[in-house]
Amino acid sequence: MWDYTDKVKEHFQNPRNVGEVEDAEGVAEVGSMSCGDALKLTFKTDKKGKITDAKFKTFGCASAIASSSALTEMIKGKTIEEAEKISNEDIADYLGGLPKEKMHCSVLGQQALEQAIAHYKGEAVAEKEGEIVCECFGITDKEIETAIRENNLSTIEDVINYTKAGGGCENCHGAILEIIQKVRGEEKAPAPPKMSNMQKIKKIEETIANEISPSLKQDGGNVELVDVVGNRVLVKMQGSCAVCKASQQTLKNFVEAKLREMVWPDLVVEEVAP
Amino acid sequence: MKTIYLDNNATTQVAPEVLEEMTPYFHDLYGNPSSAHTFGGQMGKKIREARENAALLLGVEPGEILFTSCGSESDNAAIRSALELNPDKRHIVTSRVEHPAIKSYCEHLANNGYRITQIPVDKDGNLDVAAYEESLTPDTAIATVMWGNNETGVVFPVEQLATLAKDRGILFHSDGVQVAGKIPINMKESQVDMLSLSGHKLHAPKGVGILYIRKGVPFSPFIIGGHQEMGRRGGTENTAGIIGLGKACQLALANMEDENTRVKDLRDRLETEILKRIPKTRVNGGEAQRLPNTSNISFEFIEGEAILLQMDSYGICASSGSACTSGSLQPSHVLRAMGVPFTMAHGSIRFSLSIYNTAEEIDFVIETMPPIIEKLRALSPFWEGNARSCGADKMPF
Repeated sequence: MWDYTDKVKEHFQNPRNVGEVEDAEGVAEVGSMSCGDALKLTFKTDKKGKITDAKFKTFGCASAIASSSALTEMIKGKTIEEAEKISNEDIADYLGGLPKEKMHCSVLGQQALEQAIAHYKGEAVAEKEGEIVCECFGITDKEIETAIRENNLSTIEDVINYTKAGGGCENCHGAILEIIQKVRGEEKAPAPPKMSNMQKIKKIEETIANEISPSLKQDGGNVELVDVVGNRVLVKMQGSCAVCKASQQTLKNFVEAKLREMVWPDLVVEEVAP
Repeated sequence: MKTIYLDNNATTQVAPEVLEEMTPYFHDLYGNPSSAHTFGGQMGKKIREARENAALLLGVEPGEILFTSCGSESDNAAIRSALELNPDKRHIVTSRVEHPAIKSYCEHLANNGYRITQIPVDKDGNLDVAAYEESLTPDTAIATVMWGNNETGVVFPVEQLATLAKDRGILFHSDGVQVAGKIPINMKESQVDMLSLSGHKLHAPKGVGILYIRKGVPFSPFIIGGHQEMGRRGGTENTAGIIGLGKACQLALANMEDENTRVKDLRDRLETEILKRIPKTRVNGGEAQRLPNTSNISFEFIEGEAILLQMDSYGICASSGSACTSGSLQPSHVLRAMGVPFTMAHGSIRFSLSIYNTAEEIDFVIETMPPIIEKLRALSPFWEGNARSCGADKMPF
């Protein structure tokens, strides 16, 4: 059974603002019945552009219903400009959090809001931009990219939880991984900040402890920092890594890549003899 | 709030008689049956009794009963043994609607070089027997097809499938977890080589199961250790669990009649009334031969997890084949194999009864379901003017 917050349960049992606003100015329909979630959002505004009424209809699980109910409560009384700033994280936060497997319910709410505002402004509802990556749920590369950026996602599992992409036949997992790597690549592009040697070593230690060791330990291995000489990071492989034939690949493709990404782009990782 | 438990295909309550039978074996009579002393040795007699009771339920010899830890272990052990004893054969025949204990294990084997043929089912959930027959080849190490489906209750013609396999010299195993105690089984008249059972589905506790292995069928142990279970499964016996399961098998035999008359009537009444009172509903597998206790009903335009949580607030326990319930994004593989449209599969609820359910409970559920469904449909964008329901009205149901 899902671990829902009391607020999610309360909004599910007593959803606010159910229905359709008459003479709505903003209207959006997102999702579909085959996906398992669909939401129709309607709202209208006063002369000053403040949202005076908002209503929803949702097909979906408890968290989809609660997210929709929360969304209508959140936008009522807000100006369009204020409403535009609401993210899926905000919807989840309003409910005291959602299980990570259910984050796509908050994304659905945010998408409906975005579309309804576009409709209100008279903007043509944008054709789905980009290429479909996930055939099962009809999710495009652009949608996946946005979700990765906005929610700082780093694994395929994250992408499935937030967008559903990849949750069906799994054939698109390779393509999703490429998108993750692409977005992650952009992030490290900005010029790295200046860093003292002490700061650098501290950051390397932290990255190994928090980002690298946990993954290696899952496979019974580990890596220990021996020394940092300029941009040379000297490490010792431990456990199963010490005897693994693929350890050089792990060192370059994972340990070095991660340190370059998180600490300093010019780092070179070298293994020292045990 | 009183709990109304209609989720007996998930697990069942331990029968009071079973609990009573087991209790001394935790505290007073805790010896190890393998010990040389009288204190431990007396456990052997009770295990023998349990084996005899299990054998009676299946119509077999006690020596053909192997006690395991659960249905999944029995399923895995049967397939594994067949592969180990036929190292040159690389093909397995199974169905598309198996329990994960078979399905996931076969997928695992597929990743390790085995060829798996999953036989499809039709819209009523019936197995394509012709496709099954065609799929059996000299390379087939084992055919494993479930007896009764856990989600829909649809019963497969296992005897016919076993005979087809036997004629070609192929081992036949069946996951019988859902059928034990619900339909009469006489393995003496059968060609089934191995059959899996689970204790907690027939009012014994969790953590004990059975693998029936026909006399003369070679078996290679899954757990290698001590000489327990005639050397076919190492590990100190779960004495209390086994003794409980023996009692449960005895009760199941005695209650079979009740299961197929009173319980079946309750199920039929629940189903008929729900369909009568709530529009846009259908029974998945309703046209097929089914277990007497199971009903899988789809409520169109709403989602299963939401239905379950509403039912939960009235103390009614059931299951759903919706994607959201399972934690995956795809609805039930069983319903999809039957071609149930997504729109129906997402809103499916499985009711599964036991001998402990009463007419009052069923009446309460019959009264409670319509307002629950109405409440959720009022929230659904597809309910009003359901002409624009993704073409759902054009579906052949």
